Amino acid sequence: MILTGQLLEHYVLLASVIFTIGAVGFLVRSNILIQLMSIELMLNAVNLALVAYNRVHDGNMGGQMFAFFIIAVAAAEVAVGLAIVLSFYRLRGGVLSDEADSLRH
Amino acid sequence: MSAGGFLFIVCSIASVVGALGVILARNPVRAAVGLLTTIIGIAGLFLKLSAQFLAAIQLIVYAGAVVVLFVFVLMLLGADAAAVREDRARLAKMVSGVLLAVMAVGVMFALTPHAGQVTRFAPASATHGTVEGVGTMLFTDGIVPFELATALLIVAVVGAIAVARTKHAPGKKRMAVRSPKELFHGPLVPRDDSGRPKELST
Repeated sequence: MILTGQLLEHYVLLASVIFTIGAVGFLVRSNILIQLMSIELMLNAVNLALVAYNRVHDGNMGGQMFAFFIIAVAAAEVAVGLAIVLSFYRLRGGVLSDEADSLRH
Repeated sequence: MSAGGFLFIVCSIASVVGALGVILARNPVRAAVGLLTTIIGIAGLFLKLSAQFLAAIQLIVYAGAVVVLFVFVLMLLGADAAAVREDRARLAKMVSGVLLAVMAVGVMFALTPHAGQVTRFAPASATHGTVEGVGTMLFTDGIVPFELATALLIVAVVGAIAVARTKHAPGKKRMAVRSPKELFHGPLVPRDDSGRPKELST
């Protein structure tokens, strides 16, 4: 069935698999760089689900417009996030999120 | 097997394998390559879903800018600094990862298509997902968020520069670089104490 024609559910299932992998990676890994990459995975999965649902409504491209804005926000987020990682590395000399405990007294 | 089904299978396998590579890699450079694989796979799926404009944007912005930025920061930190071991709370992390995966599998079973209530795609019209169609939508219905996105990008870039640049103490002049040895740390050619190559000094 999956070879002859794809259903909407196949795409949503794939998007949920990628989103779950990203969420697990964000929670389990403590390297900040890999956590940022996991956030990108989750945003990509959401984009895939948006475009797949938008495909059902032929001629209306609102979902693709939304995915476009998500891509723009993700690019801004990763630029600021990597700048914070650089600054944090200069401050503490490491990239593990466990080391970000300066506010603990 | 149709060409579209083949594209779907290849792209979905590539994106899932790349995503697993992101979270399982110890070296962040390999994680970045996994992220690139996922992004290219999802761009192929966008093509399959007749979203040509978004596929191009995905390749340009994600594969061309975001992954390159990740690799750039990795090179700036150094491969040894970025690939640190994560030893703390290993068991708790494993247990939480397994629990979350089990929960997600439950949700996916609820989403699995049953016979009789599936959604099939109708053939797409010629303008669906083209640059013209999405651009018209962006500049009519989405003009306000579009302009706000430009402002967001400007603010993000300026903020990233402000956060990432090296701070110098006020009133203290920057030290001038006295010898090329301070600029180039790597021993490309054997040098004596004054920083000159040995062949020249002898």
